[in-house]
Amino acid sequence: MAKNLSAFICGLIFSLGLIISQMSNPAKVLGFLDVFGSWDPSLALVMVGALATLGLGNLFIFKRSVPLFDEYFHKPKHTQIDVRLLSGAAIFGLGWGLVGFCPGPAIVAISMGSLDAWVFVLAMAAGVALFWFFQHKIK
Amino acid sequence: MESFTPYSALLGGSLIGLSAGLLMLLNGRIAGISGIFGGAIAVVGGDRLWRWLFIAGLLLGPVIAHLIGISFVTPQVNVSMPVVIVAGLLVGFGTSLGSGCTSGHAVCGLARLSLRSAAATGTFMLVAAITVYVTRHLV
Repeated sequence: MAKNLSAFICGLIFSLGLIISQMSNPAKVLGFLDVFGSWDPSLALVMVGALATLGLGNLFIFKRSVPLFDEYFHKPKHTQIDVRLLSGAAIFGLGWGLVGFCPGPAIVAISMGSLDAWVFVLAMAAGVALFWFFQHKIK
Repeated sequence: MESFTPYSALLGGSLIGLSAGLLMLLNGRIAGISGIFGGAIAVVGGDRLWRWLFIAGLLLGPVIAHLIGISFVTPQVNVSMPVVIVAGLLVGFGTSLGSGCTSGHAVCGLARLSLRSAAATGTFMLVAAITVYVTRHLV
């Protein structure tokens, strides 16, 4: 119960962060990615704010051996930099650059009345399903 | 740089960092939206409820923002619907293959000083910037 409530609150705070920083607006994100146009460095400062807050928080969080509402920290086990990681990141980067939506902002934009966001998120779900389908062929 | 919004970017970014810190401290989970989304729609595997509640929090964000007087623009996407669909497919597939998106790799991963996430972040940022360059300045 506590675990579900905290997930909901965290989703809400995350969403407000995306809205206040305007990262829910693809035009703002593309303004950052458009280095050779009229460059908008805002996204870099979103990263600075997020990394400073989380980096500081991690110093205290990982002093604990377990989280409050679970039995262990579900940290990623993989550390290797391989073809799968880099090709996945490249494919994601291509999709991100085409429209300016990454997963979080696209979901938030649904509630802002964006039909494009709906279509994007449904296509994203199809993309995830495609990955499951081909997963056994990718090693 | 007329659209640069440093203060709201820092504030919004800090909220994103706060959300990610809280989710790790309380639930021991990475606030990676692509991972949460993929796990929520997964046909197999349990523990889906907290993921759907996180997504519900994301969706409630614009409603709360509106109620407390935070203004936002409805996202405008300046590409055709087929491009939105292709981009969504690429983002869904790519983030599954590369185990993460902007939140998981560029925020949570970098804050843990993960080299793997740094490599992924560098790759998708570069590919996205090249994509924007090609679509805005070459085509």
